[in-house]
Amino acid sequence: MKRPLIEVRDLRFRYGGGEAALNGVSFRLDEGESVALFGPNGSGKTTFVLHLNGLLQGEGSVEVCGLPVERRNLSAIRRKIGLVFQDSESQLFMPTVLEDVAFGPINRGLSRPEALDRAMAALRTVGMDAAAGRAPYHLSAGEQKKAAIAGILATGPEILVLDEPTTFLDPPGQRALAELLAALPQAKIVVTHNIPFALALCPRAVFFQEGVIVAEGPTAEVVARFRWNFDSAPAKSLR
Amino acid sequence: MHHIVLERWSRGASALHARDPRAKIVPLLVFLTALATARRALPEFSAVLFLLLCAALLGARIPLLAALARAALVLPFAAVFAAVCWLSGDPARGVAVALKSYLSALAVLTLVATTPLPALLRGLEAMRVPLFLLTVAQFLYRYLFVISEEAQHMSKAAAARGAPVRPMASSGARFRAAAGALAVLFARSYGRARDVHRAMLARGFTGRLPTLYDLRFRPADAAFAALASLAPLAARLAVERIG
Repeated sequence: MKRPLIEVRDLRFRYGGGEAALNGVSFRLDEGESVALFGPNGSGKTTFVLHLNGLLQGEGSVEVCGLPVERRNLSAIRRKIGLVFQDSESQLFMPTVLEDVAFGPINRGLSRPEALDRAMAALRTVGMDAAAGRAPYHLSAGEQKKAAIAGILATGPEILVLDEPTTFLDPPGQRALAELLAALPQAKIVVTHNIPFALALCPRAVFFQEGVIVAEGPTAEVVARFRWNFDSAPAKSLR
Repeated sequence: MHHIVLERWSRGASALHARDPRAKIVPLLVFLTALATARRALPEFSAVLFLLLCAALLGARIPLLAALARAALVLPFAAVFAAVCWLSGDPARGVAVALKSYLSALAVLTLVATTPLPALLRGLEAMRVPLFLLTVAQFLYRYLFVISEEAQHMSKAAAARGAPVRPMASSGARFRAAAGALAVLFARSYGRARDVHRAMLARGFTGRLPTLYDLRFRPADAAFAALASLAPLAARLAVERIG
């Protein structure tokens, strides 16, 4: 039996006393798996992934590689999970692309030459090595996304969590990203509305609705069940 | 996105840009001390310092008029203190406050416009400035960009929906519109700042911003630091002797 990399049990969370954003989510990710997270806007997908490395903390239990997500383990857990945010502009905060990509490795205690080597290797992986000396805010949205992914790859995580990774990417860019991610050995969680991308990358999918997972299974089946394709007639009920 | 001009200036390639940040910080401190403690022949001394700073800015290929205008941003604040001195019957002190404030701002701007902030902070760290202060400075810097970006997004969105290009006729309406926009700007900036912070935490940020700048204090830096420190002192001695 495969080792669970992530195990979430009955996770509940509400923002600032408002309505519940997560209402009892249970989830498991095994070694080497790639799972797509589907669901309507506001159904709790992003809130859920922010719990995986302790950026948000709700009730219930979240374990990453056997470590409970709690304050004393956050440093170790954040080494294991690489989170690519939906908004790449927020993720790139250093003055140059190279410095930004090297931010994670330096924080993990690598020497500057090692961090630079690691950063350049990650930039080469995403085809952005020529942009190493540029300011992140001079990049196109697609380039920013690639630089953000390089920033995560440079940290050498065991698990990749990508929140809407194809936003701002043109179709060839989406295809190239799917190929790039498919070639990476890490387990992956992909929050997306992009069905072809999810089908190409993730054999399994879960469907969020109103803060709970209402279905999970092979990606094509989940898509068909919820008529989650652009060209499908909408389902009368999502449940 | 159009970004803070200083950031662009600081990435220049002049001889002044190439100096180790410490070789510029030390002369700045000497400059500020010489200026702050000057009493005699202040207008003449100020004129010489002004020329020195202009020469440095031109040598660094910084647009001079734009730099002079940016340094003038301190004048409204200095003017309040100058006005108080003037009203209390000491106009000379009022002039001195305005002169010293402007020249100090111009000197700091010259440093910041020729030194990328990460390098400047690394230099200050090497000079044993408390890390806490430096981290606050770097966050402040990063979040200035956040506010600037959000303001530009909002301005474009307003223009795209037909916001008047010219100022509205009624000053009351203008004030209300500006106040509303400012409130939204801060709310949006807060959200962006939170996202930036989360992204930093997710990549192992523990309170210290790493930098790739390796400081190397070469003989040329030592020579520059010595000359640039001596210049304001020599100028002060000269004008005081002549005066």
